[in-house]
Amino acid sequence: MRYITGGITLKMLAGKCTGCGMCLEVCPHGVFRLEGGRALIAARDRCMECGACEKNCAFGALSVSKGVGCASALIGSMITGGEPTCGCGGNGGGNCC
Amino acid sequence: MGKTKGMPEIKLVLKPASDGQLRKTGGKACCGGPVQAEWTTGTIVTPAGPVCRVSTTLTRADKWGNFKCRVSSFRDRYSVSPGLYAVGEPGMASDVFVSANYKFSFDMLRRELSGMNAWILVLDTKGINVWCAAGKGTFGTAELIERITATRLNSVAGKGRLVLPQLGAPGVNAGEVRKATGFKVCYGPVRAADIPFYVAAGHKASGEMREAGFGFMDRIVLSPMEIIPAMKRYPLFALIILTVFGLDPRGIIFRDAVSGGLPFLALGLASVLAGAFLVPVLLPFIPFKSFAAKGWLAGAVVILPGIVALSPMSRTLILAACIFFPMASSYIALQFTGSTTFTCISGVKKELKAALPVYITSAAVSVVLLLAYKLMEWRVFLFLK
Repeated sequence: MRYITGGITLKMLAGKCTGCGMCLEVCPHGVFRLEGGRALIAARDRCMECGACEKNCAFGALSVSKGVGCASALIGSMITGGEPTCGCGGNGGGNCC
Repeated sequence: MGKTKGMPEIKLVLKPASDGQLRKTGGKACCGGPVQAEWTTGTIVTPAGPVCRVSTTLTRADKWGNFKCRVSSFRDRYSVSPGLYAVGEPGMASDVFVSANYKFSFDMLRRELSGMNAWILVLDTKGINVWCAAGKGTFGTAELIERITATRLNSVAGKGRLVLPQLGAPGVNAGEVRKATGFKVCYGPVRAADIPFYVAAGHKASGEMREAGFGFMDRIVLSPMEIIPAMKRYPLFALIILTVFGLDPRGIIFRDAVSGGLPFLALGLASVLAGAFLVPVLLPFIPFKSFAAKGWLAGAVVILPGIVALSPMSRTLILAACIFFPMASSYIALQFTGSTTFTCISGVKKELKAALPVYITSAAVSVVLLLAYKLMEWRVFLFLK
């Protein structure tokens, strides 16, 4: 299954990549591939902007504006003016995940 | 799991409270946190103090609790105490599997560790599952480091692997954890069910184990929690519809409320069914990438027979129904983006930018049409009088 992909924010600074393969290990959608000892973005349209790759890249080679792909969270943030976070958690309540 | 030889067995076994939360009500605590519960089978002694051993078999109560999580807000208060637990007879070199303190997540993990000697390190994720908690940062670097330190994991499993669920990766910086604790973080498979294969393969996950799929069963088990929140708003919708149709210059006429309102109430149910059940279940088969468009299409198809049934009614009402109900399905279907494993925030933002003005306009036009219908009805009534 594919989702709307036009605005995906994932970027790779190829010069910083050492080919350690950590991004391949943490990505839940097989976005990356190792080629010539370096990782490359092989399937950008599969990225869900979870931020796992950026968080675990020890060399700062990846950047992505991570966030929850959840309409309810985004509508909530429009109303409250806060960050979009899904409703589950903390003090209970919520319809997510 | 039966009694293990040579291990002290605690006789006092407390039942967990009905919500699954373990409360300190007199039981012996392990490592300052967990308390003996129905799913523990005693304790083992470690250099860091006693640690509860857990069963790898889910009881009927566990399964019932997990079922309730699928169909109600029971999941909002279904947690276990954070801390260290044991499976079998683990030692210094045994694997340490890290989990969230949402009991459903914890149960899914311990169920897969049957026959193993391992540790389970439960983080305080405020009762939230691993992936959502990783997104929020509660299943995160700071909490993991703190929990490793608090449980003195180095003295209990210092030579073991720290195996995290792959879906915890958005919240955890493996490098920082290693620097702070000395433990190398290994990301295990996405699904707990693959853990035995992951371990058997020498702690290597295949490409398939690393994929967050979203199959038919994944979608169908999530649908109750789409239907239930949508249906919570249904009584208000029903009240408004019955009031509008029953409203008359003479007061509220019950017969008119029922005869005029019932078809709309049925269409309301149909639009919930389309948006909250058909879209999740048939997700890959409904055209369009946009959930809003999928929902609109499903709603239009489902309410079509209802519109035919409305045909003896006013054209104004039919038009209002044609505008309102597919839009309602679309809005409900859009909420499902929060439950999938593949939607991204930039895509949802795009969807909302396009859909919200349509929703607001459609709702406003539907209300205007309904009011116009009522005014026309009353004018006829007054004229006849």
